[in-house]
Amino acid sequence: MKRRSSTALVLAAFALAACAPGGSSDRPADRPAGEVRTDVAAMGEVTLTVWDQETRAGQEEQITRLNEQFQRAHPNIRINRVARSFDDLRNTVKLGLSGNEAPDIAQVNNGKQDMGAFVKAGLLVPLDGYAQAYGWTNRYPESVRRLASYPDSGDALGEGKLYGVPQTGELVGIFYNKTKLAELGLTPPTTWAEFDAALAKAKAAGQLPIQFGNLEKSAGPYLFGVAMHRHSQPAAEIALATGRPEASWPTDANRAAARQLLDWAGQGYLTPGFAGLKNDDSWANFAKGEGVFHINGTWLTPDLKAAMGDSAGFLRPPGESITGGTGLPWAISSKSKNPDAAAAYLNFITSPEAMKVLGETANLPVLDAAQQPATGLQKEVFDAWQSASASAGLVPYLDYATPNAYEVVSGAVEQLLSGALDTEKFLGTLQADLDAGRGGR
Amino acid sequence: MAAGEPRRVGYLYVLPALAVYGLFLLFPLLHSGWLSLFDWDGLSPGTWAGLDNYVELATEEGAAAAFGHVAVLVLFFAVLPVCIGLVLATVLHRTRVRGLPFFRTALFLPQVVAMVVVAVAWQRIFAPDGVLNAVLGTPGHAWLGDESTALLAVGVVGTWVQTGLAMVLFLGGIGKISGDLFDAVRMDGAGPVREFRTVILPSLRPEIGVALTLTVIAALRTFDLVYMMTPQGGPGGSTTVPAYEIYQRAFHGGQVGSAAAMGVTITLLAFAVTFVITRISGGERR
Repeated sequence: MKRRSSTALVLAAFALAACAPGGSSDRPADRPAGEVRTDVAAMGEVTLTVWDQETRAGQEEQITRLNEQFQRAHPNIRINRVARSFDDLRNTVKLGLSGNEAPDIAQVNNGKQDMGAFVKAGLLVPLDGYAQAYGWTNRYPESVRRLASYPDSGDALGEGKLYGVPQTGELVGIFYNKTKLAELGLTPPTTWAEFDAALAKAKAAGQLPIQFGNLEKSAGPYLFGVAMHRHSQPAAEIALATGRPEASWPTDANRAAARQLLDWAGQGYLTPGFAGLKNDDSWANFAKGEGVFHINGTWLTPDLKAAMGDSAGFLRPPGESITGGTGLPWAISSKSKNPDAAAAYLNFITSPEAMKVLGETANLPVLDAAQQPATGLQKEVFDAWQSASASAGLVPYLDYATPNAYEVVSGAVEQLLSGALDTEKFLGTLQADLDAGRGGR
Repeated sequence: MAAGEPRRVGYLYVLPALAVYGLFLLFPLLHSGWLSLFDWDGLSPGTWAGLDNYVELATEEGAAAAFGHVAVLVLFFAVLPVCIGLVLATVLHRTRVRGLPFFRTALFLPQVVAMVVVAVAWQRIFAPDGVLNAVLGTPGHAWLGDESTALLAVGVVGTWVQTGLAMVLFLGGIGKISGDLFDAVRMDGAGPVREFRTVILPSLRPEIGVALTLTVIAALRTFDLVYMMTPQGGPGGSTTVPAYEIYQRAFHGGQVGSAAAMGVTITLLAFAVTFVITRISGGERR
């Protein structure tokens, strides 16, 4: 009896489990602009479930305000907001979108392992019809739309159909301490020679030239990106960052960039023990006045402004290219029963009026940044984004290139700096991942 | 029906527990086993892979490294704490320390604190500008950022956490030893070392078995410490452990089948290790 019942239980469990995992991969239909409805009032009573990661102070404020405004304007639509931190959202959105109770709208990371994989699995609605109907094609410059575009295969960022619209912009640039720079008798460097001179002078004066903490390995690629901006060309950098067929790592330019990184470390320009220092601790130290420069993303602007006041400044790396992208694009689930209402919501939170709200709440609006009233550090960041986002020098994050690029690039930079990889092996590791990513999975 | 043999109605009584156990433990476990036979990215339809995922685990470098690291951690999470716990318990038992409850509580405390808190606190201690470097006079050394020390640093924290548990178990065990045994061995003129060997150690076998089982399992499923203290698998991937690899593969790498295979492997390993430990420590006492 005992044996028989337990066998039955095991069999029953197997029967429940026994079907190949993964649903069918029906592609959502492309709906031309003429077919989509934009009259929200005529859509009836609708509830939209929205998964977002707008949880930091300024983000929470902007989305709360915009949701309230949207509800006031369209009383027949109810927004059911589910807020998660970036990491939590990234870890759950895959299950969410593929499950039966999928959200209507979710913020989806641009990379191939996220948006690319979802497009491939047919989980997101292509937005080209809406883009035409709502005029997003004019609203967003091509450089921004590319960062949320994929072909059906999901393996080439920047091509194919549009799958998401972002609210905010991001740049990785050089924050600097104005007070310290002035004490050293320097002006903000506008050329690489001036940047070199500033680093040398800071070091000689007993100051820490570059505040850098790479325990999480997230800051390494930012620093390497700046080295690449110095030695490479925007087109080559963009090709590498998006994993295009013509991209190649073992080039003279990339060799020079890798050597540049080792040179900065070898000269003692970086924080001692940076490999064991947390990125968060490192920028907090910079805010406290340790370090003349700090390379990081503009998402730190509100924090640095609050901690440093007028002594915080932001520089574009000299030259044409700068790493940057958009905040997480907002996408529509192909399981949404009300994609038209969802699109109306996306249109609302990315409208010129919404950009004003974003600017007022210390976010970096993806559009019209230069028109927003801002001062000091915020103004410098807004202007840098305005010029970069429309230029050919906006280089996407290196981790968009392949499904594993984030781990591979951040790990390789860490090992280059620790001496575990030499320049050639470093570039070889990156190239191997690029080749593997191209083979597809 | 023999006396003492359970009646069939007994199965009815266990049914609720069995149903919960089956639904939340057995079914997911079997489902993982099933998934481990597929090549699946978590989204598009999976393809049957048979035992390929397991074969790959045996040959692949990343998996081998993860299992190697966890072997090192077993030393720090289980072997060292049990040894230190034995010494501490013996010493606390012999020298009637004043304020014993205080020491017992202090040494047990790491067990009570959430691992995430432990990780963050030790991260500060190991930081380049942290306490450890100040004490050792090595400013700027990156203990957690150095391939040769990162895993050891995590291990040390594991020892710190688990020692209290072992010690409290052993103190309880020593307390149960009959005073006559101590009197007898002292009458024979035995010193503390012989007393430890002939009385304490044999009497503590069951407690040692329990302590080893608990700590080895804790070592095998370590995730929080490693994930928090050495993000992204540590410098040069020197602190990857199976639990971290499972998380990485299932949630970020799109290799759900491989992750499931790893989960099944580590589960079987845990079963095997506990089986051996129970056998050796004499789980079935006569």
